[in-house]
Amino acid sequence: MSIVLEQSEIERSLKRIAHEIIERNHGLSNVVLLGIPTRGVTLAQRIGNFLSAIDVPVPVGTLDITMFRDDLRLRPPRALVPTQIPSAGLEGKELILVDDVLFSGRTIRAALDAIGELGRPRSVQLAVLIDRGHRELPIRADYVGKNIPTNARENVKVQLLEVDGIDQVEVSI
Amino acid sequence: MRSPHLLSIKDLSVSEILEVLDTARELSRITDGAVKKLPTLRGRTVVNLFFEDSTRTRLSFEAAAKRLSAEVINFSAKGSSVSKGESLKDTAQTLEAMGAELLIVRHSSSGAAARLAQSGWVSSHIVNAGDGMHEHPTQALLDAFTIRSHFPAHDRDFTGLRIGIVGDILHSRVARSNVLLLTALGATVVLIAPPTLIPIGVESWPVEISYNLDAEISTLDAVMMLRVQGERMSDAFFPSEREYARDFGLGAQRLKSLKKEAIILHPGPINRGLELSAASADSPQSVILEQVANGVAVRMAVLYLLMGGTPIPKEGVLV
Repeated sequence: MSIVLEQSEIERSLKRIAHEIIERNHGLSNVVLLGIPTRGVTLAQRIGNFLSAIDVPVPVGTLDITMFRDDLRLRPPRALVPTQIPSAGLEGKELILVDDVLFSGRTIRAALDAIGELGRPRSVQLAVLIDRGHRELPIRADYVGKNIPTNARENVKVQLLEVDGIDQVEVSI
Repeated sequence: MRSPHLLSIKDLSVSEILEVLDTARELSRITDGAVKKLPTLRGRTVVNLFFEDSTRTRLSFEAAAKRLSAEVINFSAKGSSVSKGESLKDTAQTLEAMGAELLIVRHSSSGAAARLAQSGWVSSHIVNAGDGMHEHPTQALLDAFTIRSHFPAHDRDFTGLRIGIVGDILHSRVARSNVLLLTALGATVVLIAPPTLIPIGVESWPVEISYNLDAEISTLDAVMMLRVQGERMSDAFFPSEREYARDFGLGAQRLKSLKKEAIILHPGPINRGLELSAASADSPQSVILEQVANGVAVRMAVLYLLMGGTPIPKEGVLV
């Protein structure tokens, strides 16, 4: 087991992502953040806090993608987490999905399907804390905290203060 | 849910009951909003296997399955080879051979669904949609869902709620499932009926018994009026319909005695004028149509929780 990101590095990565979001979207007037449960929600809130500290507050919501997954038969049913779409809706927005780890890309595919049911954003962008490679679908992230080359069998574990009581990312076999 | 089948409320632990109710609440939130249809069970087949007449249960399961994008095959015994003498076993195996992965079974014999699940005849998931006078678990789940939505303080625990089940307890699978479920969640259940419509052995149930609706009506937080099941009555259980309606019907007078925040439930179909007067059925305290809407959400949750996991392993068959 090795720790690949510590608290200060996580903070710095998220702050950098916040700056990149502002730069790429020429401001925040049309930006909406949607976190994918569980830890994507926490990350979206933190990025949202950075954005409002740097510029202006943006709407932050959650998107539960369980019912849109294509691997339901491979794992036991999961408990659903409430989906909360900001009251302004998604129509015409620059929508930024936030998740902790980008791996096969299947979660993001499911999220894109879910978004398709909810509205038509002007664009959908993806922010992840860790990109660990091994994609099974043609999906890439627009904002990456850290690229970590991994073996497909390795386990990347993101822990966040609000959920796990500690901020760190570790890789174990 | 641990079990691959839903046969009886007895098979569910309290945490599993809450899992179904929580999942249903989230699904109803999703499908009340922008998303009308979820792709969750796309390409999977469920069969409504109905050996007994039904409108709302069959339509409710059909709507639930379709909202999860499953294929639905409807089978009703009327007009099928059952009238040529085909057995339950052969019928179920035939449907499974057509690709069914989950059978929703309604049968007039108690234990029919359990027989299908435990006999090894089929490897599908089985959901009991009412077996004779035994159980109707999804109805009890939707009733609990409806009660919970009206008493937010009792979201995870019905302790302190007093719920009356009134009328034809003897023939009612709805009453049996509800007694198990509501008491498991901690509610106090009062069965209110003429002595002829109270089943033998009821003294071992964790309930109170009353023969007097007027004495109880003002104490109840929820009153569940049961349908008088004429089709199961071969004897005279009460002198006349008028007398039944007078003693155990929910009419205008009793409606006034009800607590202001109390709700009126009925599993449907209603015999208007018998167990419920029109004024009660259509009163603001009646939640009968909510029950119908909630039924779809609860059945979606059951289908998802049963079919969402890994398939039931088939013995000796390479998958």
